[in-house]
Amino acid sequence: MRNTLLVPFALGLLFGAGLQVSGMTSPSKVLGFLDIAGAFDPSLALVMGGAVAVGVVAFRLAKARGRALLGAPLQAPTASAIDAPLLIGGAIFGVGWGMAGICPGPAIVDLGFLDTGALVFVVAMGVGMGLERLASRISRRAADGADG
Amino acid sequence: MQVDWVRFTPSASLAGGAMIGLAAGLSFLLLGRIAGVSGVVAGALAGPLGERAWRVAFLTGLFLAPSLLALFVTAAPPEIEGSWTRLAAAGLLVGFGSRLGSGCTSGHGVCGLSRLSPRSLAATASFMAAGFATVYVLRHALS
Repeated sequence: MRNTLLVPFALGLLFGAGLQVSGMTSPSKVLGFLDIAGAFDPSLALVMGGAVAVGVVAFRLAKARGRALLGAPLQAPTASAIDAPLLIGGAIFGVGWGMAGICPGPAIVDLGFLDTGALVFVVAMGVGMGLERLASRISRRAADGADG
Repeated sequence: MQVDWVRFTPSASLAGGAMIGLAAGLSFLLLGRIAGVSGVVAGALAGPLGERAWRVAFLTGLFLAPSLLALFVTAAPPEIEGSWTRLAAAGLLVGFGSRLGSGCTSGHGVCGLSRLSPRSLAATASFMAAGFATVYVLRHALS
C-alpha cells in the first residue's frame, strides 16, 4: 500500500514542479496569456504544447497496452457528448480563471507557498465544487420526479 | 496584438510543459488514472473512500512541490493579486464550473487533448474563450 501511494505522490511532485518551471503558478503569467488585447505573453501556449506533445505518446502507449503498468484497469472518461453542461461549465470555469489567473493545479502549488490569497481561492474552490454537487443532485431529483 | 517579448519564457515554459505532460501521461500509463486536478480534488473531498488515498497522495505531492524545488533553486513566490472578495469569487466559479464541465486546464487541456478527445477540445475552447473575454472586459472594457 505504501509503495503504491509513493507513485501518485511522486507524480504530484513532478506535476507541481512542472507547473512552477513553466511559470503557470504565477497568475500574472497566465493573465498575460489571456490578455490578447494588451501585452500578450504566449508562454502558456508552449506549456500546453509541451505537455500535449509528451502526453500524446504516454496516452497512446497506455491505450495500446490496455492496462496500466501497475496492473489497474485504465479509467478513461467514457462521456463523449459535447453538451450544454460541458460548454457552460467550461465557460463558468473560464470566467473564474480570467478573474484571478489561477486554475486548480497552480492553486494547490501556490498553497504550498503558504500564500493566504491561494488559501482563500482554494477554500472557495472547494465550496464551489460542493455547490455544483448539490445543484446537480437537486436537478437530478427534479428530473426523476418529472419522469415518475 | 502586441507580443510581450520581455516576459515571454519559451524554453522554461516548454520544459515545464513537458514535465506536466510527463506527470499526466505517467499517471495514466502507470496508474490508469486521469490527473485532472479539479477531478482529483473533488474525488479527494467526496469520492469513494478507497479512491481517496491516491488522490490525497497526488495532491500532497503538488502541495510540496515548491518545498522540493526550493532545495535546488530559489523560486519567487507566486504574487497572487486581487482582493479576497475577488479571489473568493474566482475560486467559487472555478470550482463550480470545473465540476459542471467535468474538468479544467489539466483534465481537458492536458489529458483530454493528449487523448485526442473532441469533447475535451470543445471544453478547452470554451474556457479559453471565456478567459480571453473576462480579461478583456476587466482590463480594457471596464478600465
